[in-house]
Amino acid sequence: MTLIQRPIRTAFRLVENLFDRVFGPVWNPFYNLGALGFFYYWIVAVSGIYVYIFFDTGTTEAYDSIEYMTHDQWYLGGVMRSLHRYASDGLILMMGVHMLREFSLDRYRGARWFTWVTGVPILWLVVISGITGYWLVWDELAQYIAIVSSELLDTLPIFGEPIARNFLTEESLDDRFFSLMIFMHIAVPLILLFVLWIHLQRVSRPQINPPRGLAVGTFVMMLALSFVFPAVSQGPANLDVVPAVLDFDWFYLWGYPIIDRLSVWTWVFAGTVTLLVAVLPWMPPMRRAAPAIVHLESCNGCARCADDCPYNAIAMEPRTDGLPFDWEARVIPDACVSCGICAGACPTATPFRRRSALVPGIELGDDPLHALRDRIHKVCEPLTGNRRILVVGCARGPRVDALTDSETGTVGLPCIGALPPSFVDYVLSRDYADGIVVAGCNEGECHARFGVKWTNARFAGERDPHLRARVPRERIATAWVGAGHGAALRKEIGALRSRLSDLRKAERFSEASDGAEETVDA
Amino acid sequence: MRNALNYLGQGVAYLGIAVLFGLLSIWPPYQHFPPDQAQITLSFAHGAKPSTECRRRTAEEIAELPPNMRRPFDCPRERLPVTILLEVDGEIVVDRQLPPTGLSGDGPSRIYAKFPMNPGPHRIVAKLRDTNRTDGYDYVREGTVELAPREILVIDFKADRGGFQFF
Repeated sequence: MTLIQRPIRTAFRLVENLFDRVFGPVWNPFYNLGALGFFYYWIVAVSGIYVYIFFDTGTTEAYDSIEYMTHDQWYLGGVMRSLHRYASDGLILMMGVHMLREFSLDRYRGARWFTWVTGVPILWLVVISGITGYWLVWDELAQYIAIVSSELLDTLPIFGEPIARNFLTEESLDDRFFSLMIFMHIAVPLILLFVLWIHLQRVSRPQINPPRGLAVGTFVMMLALSFVFPAVSQGPANLDVVPAVLDFDWFYLWGYPIIDRLSVWTWVFAGTVTLLVAVLPWMPPMRRAAPAIVHLESCNGCARCADDCPYNAIAMEPRTDGLPFDWEARVIPDACVSCGICAGACPTATPFRRRSALVPGIELGDDPLHALRDRIHKVCEPLTGNRRILVVGCARGPRVDALTDSETGTVGLPCIGALPPSFVDYVLSRDYADGIVVAGCNEGECHARFGVKWTNARFAGERDPHLRARVPRERIATAWVGAGHGAALRKEIGALRSRLSDLRKAERFSEASDGAEETVDA
Repeated sequence: MRNALNYLGQGVAYLGIAVLFGLLSIWPPYQHFPPDQAQITLSFAHGAKPSTECRRRTAEEIAELPPNMRRPFDCPRERLPVTILLEVDGEIVVDRQLPPTGLSGDGPSRIYAKFPMNPGPHRIVAKLRDTNRTDGYDYVREGTVELAPREILVIDFKADRGGFQFF
């Protein structure tokens, strides 16, 4: 599977880097694909309500009412219709790219299987919504879609009379069929919304709105496209002739040429592809790291871990061990991705303990915090000079191990959010290093969703546990550069080292001045 | 200056995405059917006669039945298959026996078939058998039709309207 993922990931990284330069990490559309999908959904919903007001459900009225909107009321009805079309196209494009990207990032297996699997019916529901929409226009394309779709349904042995017979002649077509289609065109997107809600159940604080700048930009783009290149109907449906050559919306109708060729085998093909996509999380199953574990004797039930967990994998429950706290944390192993953000959030995760062992309220089963402290001791002790730097990196950010030298020590974490701020204080106050560089994923795209965001907030004193005020900020650098950006990380390290030199000079100058003053005083 | 360049770059990116949406929503065109061909669609749903005649029950048989089911005739549910034959210009294009639908075989036999044709005049002969006769057909219709490119000739069958209908 890695062989497939790697080239896709590389391609994404190249394009994302380009977009990072232009849009910045926060507005980068690739880091907001799901949110953009939601945004397009709402555009489709609002424009759809407007279009529905003017839509007539009838064999001739349907086409005429849409022609009226497109041509006579082009400035509003036509624009709404075009927005409805293009936002629908945008929705399916965002979904496809979102899915491919999550696959390439390996964010579909392990604890994330639920989100992946519930995404599969979403694909079908969006496609069905689009197809029923095209059907309603009742132009030549709609005629083609209606007949091919009906013929496909008729291959199932469940209908008494072929549905396609509804489209044999003009007189066999009933206005009520359009009522049924409009019902489906409204009902299916509503079901879709419900499934979207299920899709997000294992994601805490899901980002369902894109950043304002990106939302404005993409909406203006859609609006401009609607004015410049409005969506139009093809010739009216005529059941006396075969639609031969059609302008095709390939976002939604790519399956129809397949149906034309496979006929009844389309069911086998579609079923097999759907099944393969749905079982992808288990092909092969992810070798999962041990989930986080709670040490009740240290847990004070503060709920910071539950609040910070990006995957709703921690539940706060009534205390069971008799300690004088109301709540205790409980890890839901199936939902835990072992990012360690909970350990970074735990106020008891302090390396300063001397009398008791370093056992925080919560930590990773495979990577306990006492081991991190030991690793820090081990890599920092051999460092020499007065510009010693400890680089703390995350598994999905730039590689840090290759940076090790006589002045630089490195330690890695599953996610940078797993670093309790007290460890930064510890390294600097105990003089294990003169400076510390914290490196991780791109600022707009943390692999574990909130590692970068929470770390920034903790360092800035905006989110518990805070980095203590006494910690000299000038000795800390963050490098949110993402994987494959070792050069940018080295640049940050160089900048910090240079800053440390300046600090050293200033300290010497200060010491010398103090000495001179003392001499004068004497 | 950097901001201006960023916005310019975003404009170019949005333009590219807009072109992608605009283009792929209508292009390239898809040819579903050769524009220089015509089509015949043969479709109907018709229930043939029951497979066997109704049988008059004896008085004893009727007495054995529950009161609400005492009918004088015992009629089988299963229908006969429908035989359909379609000739175009003397060539047989369909010659099939269509079984009845339904779990008990009591539903209508149905067919939905399409045939591309060259435009121009065609001699059509449609025949259907829905009884247990062994030779000949119960319904026959012949006619000549002139088909234009892309035109569809629909051949339907409705027993209550006299049999085959050409649209």
